[in-house]
This record gives sequence, C-alpha cells and structure tokens, in this order.
Amino acid sequence: MARAATTTDAFNAVAEPTRRRILDLLARGERPVHELVERLGLAQPQVSKHLRVLREVGLVEAREDGRRRLYRLNAQPLRGIHDWVKRYQRSWEARFLALDEVLTEMKGKEDDDDGE
Amino acid sequence: MTTMASSRTAVVTLPSDTQIQVTREFAAPKHLVYKAWTTPELIRRWWSAKRGEVTVAEVDLKPGGRWRYAMTTKKGFEVAFHGEYREIVPNERLVYTEVYEGAPDAPAVTTVSFAERDGRTTVTILGDHASKAARDAVIASGMENGLQDALDLLEEAAVALASR
Repeated sequence: MARAATTTDAFNAVAEPTRRRILDLLARGERPVHELVERLGLAQPQVSKHLRVLREVGLVEAREDGRRRLYRLNAQPLRGIHDWVKRYQRSWEARFLALDEVLTEMKGKEDDDDGE
Repeated sequence: MTTMASSRTAVVTLPSDTQIQVTREFAAPKHLVYKAWTTPELIRRWWSAKRGEVTVAEVDLKPGGRWRYAMTTKKGFEVAFHGEYREIVPNERLVYTEVYEGAPDAPAVTTVSFAERDGRTTVTILGDHASKAARDAVIASGMENGLQDALDLLEEAAVALASR
C-alpha cells in the first residue's frame, strides 16, 4: 500500500516521537534551533529536517530575530486531531459506564459472600 | 502524555501510526474487571454500551481459542467482531486478534492489560493495526457512533417535545 508522505497533515507529523519532543519543548516557549539540538541530543540536520516537516503542516512557525531564527508552537492544527479522537473516546466511555455498573454489582455480591 | 489520575475519563492516545491506546481506571480490583471482560453473561451487559443489544458473546478463553461478539444497534443493523486468543495471563493480560466483520481484510492485534493499585484497576487497551489507514478507519467508526448517539438523543428530545 502506498503510504502518504508524513508531511501531509499534522496528524501524521505528530506520530513521530522526536517531533512530539520538539513540540513539547516549543510548548514551553520560543527557541532557536541550537537549543533544540542541545536538548534533544541530535545532530542539527536531523532537527532541521523535523522542524521543516512541522512547519509544512503548520504546527511550528518561525520568525527572524536579528541573525537568529526562532521557532514557536502553533497548536491550532492539533485541534482537528483532538476533535476526531474525542468522538472515538466518547464511544468507549459509554461502554465503560455500562461496565462500571456491572462491576459495582459484582463488588456488592463479593462483599455479601465475604460476610457469610 | 498518559494521564493516570483517578479520573473516570477514558484517555485515547495514538502511540504510533498504526496504534490506538485507550486507558481507563475502574473502581474495582483487577480480578473482577478481568472477570467482567472475559465472562459471556457479563460481556453481554456492557459491551454494546447502551447503543444496542449484544446478540453474541462467545469466549473460548485459551491460547488459540476463538471469540466472537455481535450486537444489533437500535437502528437494527448488526456489528460483529471476532478473533483468536494469542496469550492469556489471568487477571493480568490478554492478547488477541480482532477482525471487524465489516472490514475483514484488516485484522488488528489487541493487548488488554489490567493493573491494580489500592483496589482500583487501570485497564489499557492497545490496538495494533495492519496499516495507518486501517487504524484511522477504526477511529472514524467511533466518529459515526458518536454522531449516531447525538442523532438518537435529538430524536428522543423531539419525541418528548411532541408528546407534550
């Protein structure tokens, strides 16, 4: 099966663990690339490659600050993922609420048995 | 990323391109949660949530044993899953294959883990799908269910209003 390039959407982009670490770091504030390189312990070309992917899907934005380029998080594209997964989560929650009822009854029975 | 608080909310994460993980804590010891998870009479009572009636709950709980669950939704269509147990560690872990009969070409491997702490049990369901497309299709089906629930509620509200 042909796989879509990982650069097509935010959903694909965050599936990669290093890119999630970059997003975590940027969630705490704007940073230049060398700081990301230090924190991640990776080579600069690798970090730059991940940053490029994240910029293409709009999760990361960059601005020039004198001679530096600063990267920052833009969480907006993640909203779509969140909304999508949220509905799946709700269908499980309905099932788990029913399971809660069953478990409450089972615990009651077990306590009765212990009492005898 | 994982939330382990005593919250009763199911936490859904996507650990990789092909996986979905659902985590939820229950106010019961793990031997009871495991029993509710593997006993047909009990599965019948929770597996459909309240969206329909469980018509089949077959469990042959041994490695290589088959399982099959089916439900009929309130709208009258059947949703069925089946698979085979690969690993069974009572009260601890289940590993089984899972096929949605509406899309039989995309089997998944599901691992359910039961972890108890202070009399409460955290259940982790990790679904490993054949491809990202298959994984995404499963999430999308949850979307349909969510929509269906909303439509059902709307319908109930409309009927209640009409009967006033």
